[in-house]
Amino acid sequence: MGQPSYSVEIHKVDLSFGSVEVLKDLTLSIHEGEFLVLLGSSGCGKSTLLNCIAGLLDVSDGQIFIKGRNVTWEEPSHRGIGMVFQSYALYPQMSVEGNLSFGLKNAGMPKAEIEKRVARAAEILQIEPLLKRKPAALSGGQRQRVAIGRALVRDVDVFLFDEPLSNLDAKLRADLRVEIKRLHQTLKNTMIYVTHDQVEAMTLADRIAIMKGGAVQQLGSPDEIYNRPQNKYVADFIGSPSMNFVEGTLNGSGMRVTDHTIPMNGYAYSTKHSGETPSWIGIRPEQVVTGEAAKAAPFSTTVEVELVEPMGSDKLVWGQFAGMPFRFRMDGQATVLPGEVMPLGFDPAVASLFDRATEQRI
Amino acid sequence: MADTITLAKTRSSVADSLRCQGAGMPDPNGPRGAKPRRRFSRRNIFLYGTLILIGAYYLLPLYVMIVTSFKGMPEIRLGNIFSPPVEITYQPWIRAWAEACTGLNCDGLSRGFWNSVQILIPSVVLSIAVASVNGYALANWKFKGSEVFFTILIFGAFIPYQVMLYPIVILLRELGLFGDLSGLVLVHTIFGMPILTLLFRNYFTSLPEELFKAARVDGAGFWGIYFRIMVPMSIPIFVVAVILQVTGIWNDFLFGVIYTRPDQYPMTVQLNNIVNSVQGVKEYNVNMAATLLTGLVPLTIYFISGKLFVRGIAAGAVKG
Repeated sequence: MGQPSYSVEIHKVDLSFGSVEVLKDLTLSIHEGEFLVLLGSSGCGKSTLLNCIAGLLDVSDGQIFIKGRNVTWEEPSHRGIGMVFQSYALYPQMSVEGNLSFGLKNAGMPKAEIEKRVARAAEILQIEPLLKRKPAALSGGQRQRVAIGRALVRDVDVFLFDEPLSNLDAKLRADLRVEIKRLHQTLKNTMIYVTHDQVEAMTLADRIAIMKGGAVQQLGSPDEIYNRPQNKYVADFIGSPSMNFVEGTLNGSGMRVTDHTIPMNGYAYSTKHSGETPSWIGIRPEQVVTGEAAKAAPFSTTVEVELVEPMGSDKLVWGQFAGMPFRFRMDGQATVLPGEVMPLGFDPAVASLFDRATEQRI
Repeated sequence: MADTITLAKTRSSVADSLRCQGAGMPDPNGPRGAKPRRRFSRRNIFLYGTLILIGAYYLLPLYVMIVTSFKGMPEIRLGNIFSPPVEITYQPWIRAWAEACTGLNCDGLSRGFWNSVQILIPSVVLSIAVASVNGYALANWKFKGSEVFFTILIFGAFIPYQVMLYPIVILLRELGLFGDLSGLVLVHTIFGMPILTLLFRNYFTSLPEELFKAARVDGAGFWGIYFRIMVPMSIPIFVVAVILQVTGIWNDFLFGVIYTRPDQYPMTVQLNNIVNSVQGVKEYNVNMAATLLTGLVPLTIYFISGKLFVRGIAAGAVKG
């Protein structure tokens, strides 16, 4: 176990609190310098997994390696990790400088070295003017920066982020997101980032691990996750507004949905299939084209508009296709009214097919 | 009765009136600004009347005590207990502090005062030190059976002291501490444990867990986190604990009279001996002065620490 090319390896980790299994036989390998996002809805075990990596929770079974070293029984401070918490968790009675140097003092580092490292971290994060202040005198964004700095000064191999932006307002969140990405590009450390925000996940990640019920549903690049979701849960979870699912039966000639037949030419099947398979076809609202382009699409139909949600940059239109709710995106400037009958079409090659029995990708 | 109407316009009420203008016809003569409140409403008279009455009920005895303590005996014998002293004399206070006789000693309450101080300081420091570490361990370093341990400890708070008096006499005798001040200190420390541990555990539990986690990631150990993170954030609860313990231990009579020898009696026991002495003339003024002197320490603690109660130390540490 533990080839040096992996920065963090989680090997068959189980964790249960009493009879509740939070993590089940979880195996995950994270490359050196990779930005991995653990994404999932609340209660999926993503924060628990992060706490296990940090050593703040003992695993029930399995092993954790960091830089090829088995750290399963190590103290958090000896694992070579730095952690940034959702609530910042700054020590309120210490100045920013005190917060940054606390870990280094505990490690018994010489004073000169501490000062050097604090100065460097403060420079990277642009918090030099704040060093003498107490956390209470800082804004949310500044506090989060100090919290990142606390991990930074320790010169660790792996950064762990536990929903670091969830407490910030939307604008600041977008700004700090870019900053974290920039930080990763500068430092090139391995970073593991927990979030329930798919935008954060898509923008930051090299790879995303989508978790549900203590297990990883899919691990892949944001592109893969978005375009080729492994199962219906992932397909539904990623993308906002979420994917349309239309029930039908897959056979040799294509996908039969009531009286429509959607030709599946060009679709890259993940599994071999034969005969008739009850399945879902998933189409993202942004993959649907309307108007003139619809007629040229490999599959086209008409839909009556029921509801329009203007979002500024685009409009989200609700209708029904084969008796099932169907959403699609239109240009923000387009005029569309409820009751209108719209021609629309899509390319089945970019759609996703899921088996209705297993919910897995076909 | 003239109604005093105060028309104070607050910022929020301006916002209210602005919002109202948006809806329908603005009526310039309609209600505007803060709702006026009558100062002499029936509700207020009832409320403040009751408060004043209850206040008087509690303060009157105190007034009588203070007044009496400054009177000479001839004046007291006149029987006007509510009248202020005609001739102020400090003699009763001096007698109570330095001259009143209890048993063989005639050096007043001063002896008991110093005994009490000698009992109080180590008891308070020791009990709070131990209980805060207990509470910290129970809140943050859960171990197998820690909840059971905590339940057993809390159970101790519900057992009447009298049940344990004799077993403790035996225990102290076996330890060789019976009749010694350190024995009494030990007793006070032990009896302070359940309630103080509960107090500290609940306070430490209410502190954000992520701070504790962050400190662990930063490499602080059990004591490091306790002294550098937890204690500085917990000044209010330490103040509360000090108030509880100082008043509790200072006012203790039962343990003081049982576990010490006469020349080590705490102030409360000595006060009792002065006030309840059956020989000679009853010196009411001296008794009053002695009682006030004994109550002075808890009172001072209340007045000094009142402000600290309110201060929220952890404010702004977590979230925005």
